[in-house]
Amino acid sequence: MILKRPFFWITMAVTAAFMLLPWRGNNVEMRETLILIAVAIILASNLNLMIGYTGYVNFGNIVFFGLGGYAGLYLVTGRGWPLIGAALAAGVAVSIFALLLGLAILRLRGAYFALATIGVLEAVRAFVSNFEPWGRSAGMYVTFDVYQPLGGPMKALWTTYFLVTGVMGLSLLLSLGIKTSKFGLGLFAIRENEDAAVVLGVNTALYKAIVYSASAFLPAVAGALIFFKNGMIEPEQAFDLTLSIEAIVMIMLGGQGTVAGSAVGAGLYEQLRGYLLTQPTLSNFHLVIAGALLLIIVLFAPLGLIGWTHRWRPMRRMLE
Amino acid sequence: MSGVLASIIDGVLVGAVYGLAAMGLSLIWGVMDVINLTHGAMIALGMFGVYLLFTSLHVMPYLLLLPVLAGGFLVGVVIYWIAVHRVLGRSQLATLLSTFAVNMMVIGIGTTLWSTSPYNVNYSIPGITMGRYTFTGNHIAAAVAAVVIAACLQLFLYRTRLGKAIRAVTDNRDAAELMGISAAAVLTVAFGIGIALAAASGGLVATLFPFTILSGGVYELKSFVVTVLAGLGKPAGALVAGVLLGLLEGAITPFIAVSWIPAIEFGLFVAVLVLFPRGLFGRTG
Repeated sequence: MILKRPFFWITMAVTAAFMLLPWRGNNVEMRETLILIAVAIILASNLNLMIGYTGYVNFGNIVFFGLGGYAGLYLVTGRGWPLIGAALAAGVAVSIFALLLGLAILRLRGAYFALATIGVLEAVRAFVSNFEPWGRSAGMYVTFDVYQPLGGPMKALWTTYFLVTGVMGLSLLLSLGIKTSKFGLGLFAIRENEDAAVVLGVNTALYKAIVYSASAFLPAVAGALIFFKNGMIEPEQAFDLTLSIEAIVMIMLGGQGTVAGSAVGAGLYEQLRGYLLTQPTLSNFHLVIAGALLLIIVLFAPLGLIGWTHRWRPMRRMLE
Repeated sequence: MSGVLASIIDGVLVGAVYGLAAMGLSLIWGVMDVINLTHGAMIALGMFGVYLLFTSLHVMPYLLLLPVLAGGFLVGVVIYWIAVHRVLGRSQLATLLSTFAVNMMVIGIGTTLWSTSPYNVNYSIPGITMGRYTFTGNHIAAAVAAVVIAACLQLFLYRTRLGKAIRAVTDNRDAAELMGISAAAVLTVAFGIGIALAAASGGLVATLFPFTILSGGVYELKSFVVTVLAGLGKPAGALVAGVLLGLLEGAITPFIAVSWIPAIEFGLFVAVLVLFPRGLFGRTG
């Protein structure tokens, strides 16, 4: 049972802390820091389902975040939907898109798949940049009155914050749930040896398509919430290849294939990036340092931080 | 109608440069099964190499391709030993990430040095005018230079001992090592050549369009498209596929808004990847 796992309760506690800490004393600055970390954790832990569990490198996971943002904002501003309904609808629509796309491009393996994901990201970005109903390259803006149903802008920002942290908690639970299920075992089998997995009766095509679709749902919901909170969306921001690859750095930093790893890696990387960007002498240099960090991890510590702590058995029990 | 023809011819000229860029990517891919994500950064370095040499020496930029090729080769050897050699044989993710890490560092340093504002090489060769249309001299010269460099690579691969060794390692690394070929040396040389070609193509692009440190990314993506069209690991096919891509761009430009071209290109890219994973000119076995 998932309830008996210590990590389930750690996840609950962390999510609750995320919600309560800034709420006490109305600490907006802390809220803005934590929401960035929450988004990083959402992106990294869902991407980990593909990279860490299934062994498929996806460079374009951010496409789901961006599409979710566009779909959500379109429903809220263009169709007058309530925020939660729009976010869920965006998540479902993007998941269906991912399922269909996955059935096609997941026939490719290894590097070919990785390239196809870059192609998909660029194609979607270019398409959206020309798509009239979504404002082409100028994007879409939220008008002030959409905040009214949520009790004005101030309250709306807090509501979206709680929803985003909730999505973060769900992301971690999804990762944990898949990891402890038979479905998860099938994915690990695909990662270790796809041909052998087929022989052993794993329906690999279906498993891959489902996990690809599952890894799209929560990022899409988060995208709808975040771009609603930002008040605007534009293609360059929504489909940012760099952010997509930073999510991979986070996973590698924490330890691919582990639930806690992608969360810890996301938190640490986001902190590091925030620090580097605010240092006047380092702000241009943050790419260099992030790159050097990534190179060192890949060359010398491919298991990442959490992978490293797994040497101690009790630690491993605790964190999975 | 002749306007469309003029557009196609110009597209073909630019396409030869795409082809040259893709040859570097394709060579590395074929020999060591590594997708070189430093490609775009190396193209950008080639652009700035030609720009800096041109502004200090004021000679014809096409002559500057020689030092850029040599510099690219050296940079490639260094990158190979720092970031690629140790992770060869590990998972695909490892080489993708290590080359991307180098890419981030190069782009970061480049942004610090040159910011992201545009530069251009202020040099033009008189063009050829036919009726109402003029083909700029730079486009013609760049295409000629790209084809010459590609031909040199082909001669090197098929007429020299080292070239033969590279092809042997491409076919089967273990067997090549059993025949006494030092795979490490061959891989180093191949990576160096791949980067040199990327830098040279960047140098040619610099004579055609204004560029920033981030411009390499655009040509890196085009190189992926071209490489996939040609079938992975086939440098000669890459030149042809580059010309094809240029032709396609030239043929559709007169009819639709330019901003739609990337959507069509990448849609085509994904479609070709899924439907013809071995490339349009299919390789069997």
